[in-house]
Amino acid sequence: MKQALTGNEAAAIAAKLARVKVISAYPITPQTAVVERLAEFVANGELDAEFIKVESEHSALSACIGAAATGTRTFTATSSQGLMLMSEMLFVASGLRLPIVMANANRSLSAPLSIWCDQQDSMAVRDSGWVQLYCENNQEVLDSVLQAYRVAEELLLPVMVCFDGFILSHTAEPVDIPGQAEVDEFLPPYKLPNPLDPCRPVTMGPVGVPECYEEFRCMLQEATRASKEKLIEVGRAFWKHFRRRYGLIERYRSNDADVLLLTMGSLGSSAKDIVDSYRKRGEKVGLVRVRSFRPFPVKELIDALGSAKAVSVLEKDVSPGSAGALFLDTAAAFINVKRAPLMLDFICGLGGRDVSSLHIREAVRAATRAAEIGEVRKAVRWLGLREKLVGLRI
Amino acid sequence: MSENVKSLVDVPTEEFLLPGHAACAGCGSTLALRLTLKALGKNTIVTIPASCVSVIQGPFPLSSIAVPVLNVALPATGAVISGMEAVFRFRKEKRKIVVLGFGGDGATADIGLQTLSGAFERGHGIVYVCHDNEAYMNTGIQRSSATPFGAWTTTTPIGRYGAGKRHFKKDMPAIFAAHRIPCIATASVAYPLDLMQKLKRAQAVGGPAYVHIHCPCPPGWRFPPSQTIKLARLAVGTGMWVLYEIENGDPSTLRITVRPSKRRPVAEYLRAQGRFQHLPEREIRQIQKFVDENCERLGLEVARAR
Repeated sequence: MKQALTGNEAAAIAAKLARVKVISAYPITPQTAVVERLAEFVANGELDAEFIKVESEHSALSACIGAAATGTRTFTATSSQGLMLMSEMLFVASGLRLPIVMANANRSLSAPLSIWCDQQDSMAVRDSGWVQLYCENNQEVLDSVLQAYRVAEELLLPVMVCFDGFILSHTAEPVDIPGQAEVDEFLPPYKLPNPLDPCRPVTMGPVGVPECYEEFRCMLQEATRASKEKLIEVGRAFWKHFRRRYGLIERYRSNDADVLLLTMGSLGSSAKDIVDSYRKRGEKVGLVRVRSFRPFPVKELIDALGSAKAVSVLEKDVSPGSAGALFLDTAAAFINVKRAPLMLDFICGLGGRDVSSLHIREAVRAATRAAEIGEVRKAVRWLGLREKLVGLRI
Repeated sequence: MSENVKSLVDVPTEEFLLPGHAACAGCGSTLALRLTLKALGKNTIVTIPASCVSVIQGPFPLSSIAVPVLNVALPATGAVISGMEAVFRFRKEKRKIVVLGFGGDGATADIGLQTLSGAFERGHGIVYVCHDNEAYMNTGIQRSSATPFGAWTTTTPIGRYGAGKRHFKKDMPAIFAAHRIPCIATASVAYPLDLMQKLKRAQAVGGPAYVHIHCPCPPGWRFPPSQTIKLARLAVGTGMWVLYEIENGDPSTLRITVRPSKRRPVAEYLRAQGRFQHLPEREIRQIQKFVDENCERLGLEVARAR
C-alpha cells in the first residue's frame, strides 16, 4: 500500500511493523513525530507495546538496554543533542552486544543552537560500535529499520538508522508500506541467547581487566566487520520479500565515470539529478552513495571509485582540525591501493544550509579540474560558505 | 521462606552473595548487598551502576552474585530498571521477579538522581536500594552530596582554608517522599532484621520502593574494620541516622522502626571516626543542633543522654 509519509512517520510505522515490545524515547526536534506516532499506535491499540516516556535521552537508551537485556525487541529514536546525551550509553549498548535499533533524524549540534539538518550528530558517535545506515529517501527509512532488526538480532549489534532532519523527517513522499504478514515472514520473533532470567543467572557487563578488555573490543570489531556480509545477505532477503534492492553502497551511473561524487543521505537524490544533466551533455560524471557508514564498505568503495580520475566528497560534517569523516575514511580505504583517484572534500549543508545544484556543480567542476591537471591543490573546501560573513578567505 | 523476618529463625539461610568476593574487610555495603539479596530471594535481577559493588562482585569471568546481574553506567540505573520492569509488565510475567537497582550514594543522590526521579514518577514496580557509604569510595573517598557535614574526604581536605565538607547531607528519603511512591524506608546494616523486613515490604508493594541503607566504610571513614556494626549502631543511637518508613510520601504515615532508648551525643559517633577528627567543638555543636532538629522533625522524641 502506497501512502505519502514523512521520514518520521516511515520510521514509526517500521517500528510498529517490526512488532517492537518496548519503546523508550524522548522528544527532540526534528524527531518528535516518531515519538508522537508511536505513542498514538500504542494508545489506540495498533501496537501492543510498552512505551516508556522517559525524562531524557540518556534514560531513553538506558531503558532500552534494560529491556533488551531481558531479550525483548526495543526501539528508540533521537536526534542531535539527544544522541550526544545518549553517547555514554551507546557504548554500553554495543559493549553489552544488545541489538537495539534506533532512528536518528540527523541534526546539527549546539552551539550555536540549530535545529536544522547536518550529519555531525551521528558522525560524532561513529566509534560507538553501532552499525550506521544513512537513508536517501523515506522508503529507505522504513525499509532500513526493518532490515536493521535482522542485522542487529542476528549479530547482536545495535543499529542506528540515520535520515536527514527536515529534508526527510518532515517531507512527505510516497512510501510503499508492506503488509504485516509479509514483514512477519521477513522478521521472525526475537530471541536473545542469554537473557537476564532468574532461572539461569548470568552477569552482564562486569569489570573487564586489561587481560580481557581488548578481546571484547576485538570481538565487537569482528562482529561489525561481519555485519557487512550480513547487510548484503539481509538486503538480498529483503529483495526477495519486497522487491526493493539495498546494499552497502549505491552506484549511480558510476561504472565508466571519470569524475565521481561521493555522499550520504538525502544529498544522494540531488546529486543524481546533477549527474543526469552532465550525462546529457556526454560528460562521464557519476555518483556513489554510501548507505552503510559503519561498517565502512572499503572493498566496495575501492571497486566503485578506483577507476575514476577524481572524486568529490560531499558531506554534512567536519572534524575540526582535520576533514570530513566520509572523506577521511574513503581516503584511508585507498591507502594500500596502487591506483587511487584524486580526492576532494566538500564540507556543505551544515546547520540546515541548503545545498543547491550550483554547489554540487562546483564540486563536479573542481574534480574535473583536478583530473585535468592531475593534482589536488586544496583537498578540503567549504561549499556555499558566506565568506564575507566570517571574514575568511577559504 | 518466611514472608516476614521477625526473628533470626526467619532469616533465609540461602546466600546470593557468595564467598570469595573482593570487598574490603568490614565493608558495610557488602553486608547491605548480602542482606538485600537474602530478603528479596532468587527471583531477583539486580542492576548495578559503577560503584564498589562493580569491584566486589569480581571481574570477568568471575562473579560472586548468584542472581542475574546487569552492570551499567553510573547515572543509568533508574532508567535501566524501568526498561526491565516494562518487559515483565508487558509479558504479564507470572513469576514475581524483583527488578532491583542497587546503587551507591553517588549514583543515587548525585549523578543518577534524575533517572531515579523519572522512574519513581512513572511508577514502575521496582525496588531501589541506596547503599550509602557517604562518599565516592570506589574512586577513593571523594565527597558526594550524601557526605555529612564536616567530614574529611580527598576533595574536602583539611587545609589552611578548608576543614572537611561545608554542606549538610542531602535528604534523599525526603526527596523521594515528595514523589509519593508507596514505600520509602531507611535502614542500617546494624539492624539486619529491620532491614530485611523493610525489603520484604518493598518487594510486596508492587510500586516503586526506595530503601536507603546506611553502610559504614572502614577505609573511607577511617575506622578499624572490626567496628563497622558498632559504628552503624552508634549512628542510629545518636540520631545521626534515623530508621523509619513512609507510605505514599504521606508524613502522617511516618513510623520510626528503631527507637533508641536514650539518644547519645553525636560526639561519640564523630570521635570514633578518623574523618571527623579535625572537627572543632563549635562544629560538633553545629552537627548536634542539626541532628536534634532532624530528630524532632521525624518525631524521634527521646531525651538525649547527658
